[in-house]
Amino acid sequence: MTAKIKVLVGVGSCGIAAGASKVYDAFLKASKERNFELKPTGCIGMCYSEVLVDVFEGDKRTVYGNVTDKDVSEIVESHIINGKPVERLIILKSDEDFGESEFISKQKRIVLRNTGRIDPKSLKEYLQNDGYKGLKKALQIGRENVIEEIKKSGLRGRGGAGFPTWMKWKFAYDAPGNEKYMVCNADEGDPGAFMDRSVLEGDPHSVLEGLAIGAFAIGASNGIVYIRAEYPLAIKNLSKAILDAKENGYLGKNILGSNFSFSVEIKEGAGAFVCGEETALIASVEGMRGMPRIRPPFPAISGVFKKPTNINNVETLANIPWIIQHGGKKFASVGTENSKGTKVFALAGKIKKGGLVEVPMGMTIREIVYDIGGGTSSGKPIKAVQLGGPSGGCIPEKLLDTPVDYESLNATGAIMGSGGMVVMDTSSCMVDIAKFFLNFTQKESCGKCTFCRIGTKRMLEILTRICNGEGEEEDIEKLEKLATKIKKSSLCGLGQTAPNPVLTTLKYFKDEYIAHIRNKKCPSGVCKPLIHYRINDNCVGCTACSKACPVNAISGTVKNKHTINQDACIKCGQCIKTCKFDAITIE
Amino acid sequence: MSSKKEISLEKAAKIVSSFKGKKGVLIQVLQKIQEAYGFVPNKVMEFIANELKIPESVIFGVVTFYAQFRLKPIGENLIRVCHGTACHVGGAPEITAALEDELGIKDGETTEDGLFSLESVACLGCCSLAPVMTINGDAYGKLTPDKVRNIVRNIKEAKQ
Repeated sequence: MTAKIKVLVGVGSCGIAAGASKVYDAFLKASKERNFELKPTGCIGMCYSEVLVDVFEGDKRTVYGNVTDKDVSEIVESHIINGKPVERLIILKSDEDFGESEFISKQKRIVLRNTGRIDPKSLKEYLQNDGYKGLKKALQIGRENVIEEIKKSGLRGRGGAGFPTWMKWKFAYDAPGNEKYMVCNADEGDPGAFMDRSVLEGDPHSVLEGLAIGAFAIGASNGIVYIRAEYPLAIKNLSKAILDAKENGYLGKNILGSNFSFSVEIKEGAGAFVCGEETALIASVEGMRGMPRIRPPFPAISGVFKKPTNINNVETLANIPWIIQHGGKKFASVGTENSKGTKVFALAGKIKKGGLVEVPMGMTIREIVYDIGGGTSSGKPIKAVQLGGPSGGCIPEKLLDTPVDYESLNATGAIMGSGGMVVMDTSSCMVDIAKFFLNFTQKESCGKCTFCRIGTKRMLEILTRICNGEGEEEDIEKLEKLATKIKKSSLCGLGQTAPNPVLTTLKYFKDEYIAHIRNKKCPSGVCKPLIHYRINDNCVGCTACSKACPVNAISGTVKNKHTINQDACIKCGQCIKTCKFDAITIE
Repeated sequence: MSSKKEISLEKAAKIVSSFKGKKGVLIQVLQKIQEAYGFVPNKVMEFIANELKIPESVIFGVVTFYAQFRLKPIGENLIRVCHGTACHVGGAPEITAALEDELGIKDGETTEDGLFSLESVACLGCCSLAPVMTINGDAYGKLTPDKVRNIVRNIKEAKQ
């Protein structure tokens, strides 16, 4: 062994799901025998190739992808002992590769500065990477200057609505009262979004530091992180970070020798999407049903236990230490005029290189999905990109040159949202997607406002009818009418945005609705009651499909064209997946 | 945790006493209760109501509001199939259908032998491995109907 070798294994939730724990254990066993340094780290971002392993020889970095525990001994023997990297598993190597790989070079990492690079359980490593320097500086420059610096940065809330962070802080700062609360909203409930989880798993101290800086600025001594119970690893890593920070004087009484004291506790959510809404979150923190209430009073005046409260999202907070350390001006130099800094997106769906990406605001969706994400995994054309989860909308292919900034995205009818970006190819049915989201919001509606409670239910019924081939001409108008009323008559963000997925698909994909209603056809071949599988003349009679069919609906003899019994067919699609001759078509 | 067994309040008493005097702890108490009993039994709800001086109706309201809480015991293996956006476009409906067929139960039910419970969840946050499910917290990614049938069969066999 020549240069000092360090091995990093990505053990975020995604990595573990792909088998990272086994890979880590195999390296651990080898590291004891072979004496090299081994570290666990959070999400490296290239989720499309999990399990990911980084091998550093001094500064020289080699990234291995799709590693299984069976590959470990080869990497150890060949690369670590004999200095010969295992070519077949490499996805990136040497500096040139990193420059050329658009997955890396197009990104700018502020929020994810440490995620996937450091051991999230090590305070020491966080400190070695400028950790808690922002907090130190904040204590030196004083509360007012901290708020001023955030104002200069132009940072806006990353949870969805994009409200200026400094203004929120100023309201809480101005609020009278000795006891105030600083809350981190980690109730990441949007299906398709996982950046908050990755940051909390991979760099929990950055969120705590942001929380402490905010608390110092507004004058809060109580901190709460409200986090989804579905994220056990994030909770574990965050709990460890809170303990370590407390033991070393970064949290607790008289932080870093100042007279600022701040303690943080974790409150686990219990599974209610509506709790992402501020007033609902507050009710849930108090142990009650998470139902929103009328504002004013705003949380800044009367929040948790009726005390002045400020709530920020995970990604917003992770930006704060960087801004304080490097200055608001530097942050504001990234992004567009009204949307400063970067945005983290969880790139998923039918994408070749799905994962966690952080880009400067203003980059176009096309650049993100094609240059960074490598286009669709299926090779089929992109039909739409879904942004903002159940509150957002589907942006059609023709609008992919829209830059990601708050205003441009709102203009399309979608929203920035928390950062879920789900790519859909031509095999996704837009009516089915609208139904999918409505099903979600209808279930998650807390039931307080009549239009949200009953209106979403009626909309879902109409959409279900359309997907079943029972749609009527007036249905589109009915959907539009209901949508407007729900938006107008709901108290909180859930209801106000629930119709968005329907409205955007109606706006951009009306032809699909019409095909379902008038022609009783699903052009994408998704809605089962509207499709039929048929065997065409490509069939060579190989019998593979008839063996794969779980209900024995396919008959035929060897070397002769087979047929599908339509009455027996359950439209499961197994035949199409099995056929090697393109002999099965969906009608 | 079988429902036929008499529910003992010993565990509940311990949990409640560790939270006494703190405000806004009902959800945390219920989470601990579910961890200890596998679900939230009626008898325990009654007990907490008396101990924490919270009306039973309020407790029932909270338990039924949040997706996490269960009023019935679950099977030995809790299968949670992710139905987030990425999993949905990646074929989650087929995964649930295959599991329903393999286990002979519907989504939300428990098998008669108490070996499996099947649930749908909104998003597990492993979107790039879609479609995903977890069994007792362990995640399985890039699923196909065949794969899930095999996973379930292996668990069944290991049990025999």
